[in-house]
Amino acid sequence: MNWLSDDAVARLRDIAEQPQLTGTRYELLRELGRGGMGVVYECHDRELERSVAMKVLDVAEARDEWRAEAKTLARLEHPGIVPIHDAGLLPDGRFYYTMKLVRGQRLDELRSLTRAETLRLFVRICEPVAFAHANGVVHRDLKPQNVMVGEFGAVLVMDWGVEHIAGTPGFMPPEKERSERSDVFALGATLKAMLHRDAIPRPLQAVLARAMHDEPSQRYASARELGEDVQRFLDGLPVTAYRENVFELAGRFLARNRALVAVIAAYLLMRVIVFFWMRL
Amino acid sequence: MSVAPFPTTRRSVVLALASADAAERTRAFETLVACYWKPLYKYARVGFRRTREDAEDLTQSFFTRAFEKESLATYDHAKASFRTFLRTLFDRFAANEWKAGQRLKRGGGEVQLDFEAAEAEIGRESSVESPEEYFQREWVRSVFALAVQRLKERTDREEKRVQFAIFEAYDLDDDRGVSYRELATRFDLPETQVTNHLAAMRRRFREIVLEALREVTASEAEFRAEAKALLGAKP
Repeated sequence: MNWLSDDAVARLRDIAEQPQLTGTRYELLRELGRGGMGVVYECHDRELERSVAMKVLDVAEARDEWRAEAKTLARLEHPGIVPIHDAGLLPDGRFYYTMKLVRGQRLDELRSLTRAETLRLFVRICEPVAFAHANGVVHRDLKPQNVMVGEFGAVLVMDWGVEHIAGTPGFMPPEKERSERSDVFALGATLKAMLHRDAIPRPLQAVLARAMHDEPSQRYASARELGEDVQRFLDGLPVTAYRENVFELAGRFLARNRALVAVIAAYLLMRVIVFFWMRL
Repeated sequence: MSVAPFPTTRRSVVLALASADAAERTRAFETLVACYWKPLYKYARVGFRRTREDAEDLTQSFFTRAFEKESLATYDHAKASFRTFLRTLFDRFAANEWKAGQRLKRGGGEVQLDFEAAEAEIGRESSVESPEEYFQREWVRSVFALAVQRLKERTDREEKRVQFAIFEAYDLDDDRGVSYRELATRFDLPETQVTNHLAAMRRRFREIVLEALREVTASEAEFRAEAKALLGAKP
């Protein structure tokens, strides 16, 4: 065997890349997706008779960094963070961890959401990110492709980062150092991508500008602050990122208090009618 | 000097190029020639449309000169991968030769390379991308081919020829119609034994690929990057 055809080379590449699960409790079912660091497979857990998602890291990835990362992630127990079940080394020496298999749609695949639905979804994405930040964990690669919306409306943030993840162009902040504020930038970019078809009102534009400011110190200090500002917009309250003029203030007041304004207007109209009636 | 297959060490032969031991330097050089001569020959021949005679002279002279002057030992793994370093050195060598306007004369001590086989392979390959992509593609083919060769040698030594023959029939042959059942009949084995042998051969193939990759890289970072280039990115 001296020469390998292109097809044979492709097959050998697959063989060399496929995780070796012999002797483990898992059986490989199918590939779910691949990223910069490894491949995610759907596997059957023979012990517990359930399907799980298994992330197998590329042979090139350092195990120790990932082992530490898996431990950190395992401590993050939040309904918006995909729980890790198990982690270890495969017989072929590669590091893996298994997670809950989330069935649903990726955020970037969701269509036909109203602006209010989009914003409500976004606020729910900020919650697990804020929780992770409070526990000292930075995601490093937030983007719509890393958010799953489950069949029953659960919102789950996936693919929590490791030390050497740089991020994804378009969602990556300009600074090299990664911190909570770099996640805030990526959240801003995610919101912008979610709203891309809508005309964005000025207060929301200001929220995006603040979240995605080039200077980290000028951004929201945390994912929680960003989520809260978006929630204020949803509730018809002023956002901290935008100073509104008197007309905008009046417009927002009218929009938020339509029933009250209608009652007062009706009352005043009635008083005017009564006033002129009495003078006849 | 004839080109030997990869030695069975897991040590970096790139680092061994700078060894104080002349015999070790020679072994390291031969290993690198075994891995890289075909990709470089094809790179010159197809990527830059050199005539067969030119490409043969260029490849032969490049390695002969590199051995004499020990120029491969100047590699600095902090700057680039060995693969990129070698291609750049080859490009520079080819440009200088072109400027000089003279054909390189083959001297003594030249490496023995099977250009006939390389030409036959070129005739069977699919279309060419950019010269650099073509070089990378041929490097992948070369590493896999050498790993298959090493697997065959080891299974021959261990008298596990049937296991290798199953791997060859199922994973290497382009006639993909063969089933486990047919292989079981062909080798007079139970079907489960066929799948077990195949799994074992695949596992060993994978180990050998990584072992070979460790040898032709000089640092952990380079090994990781080259493993990604070899296995990570789907064509």
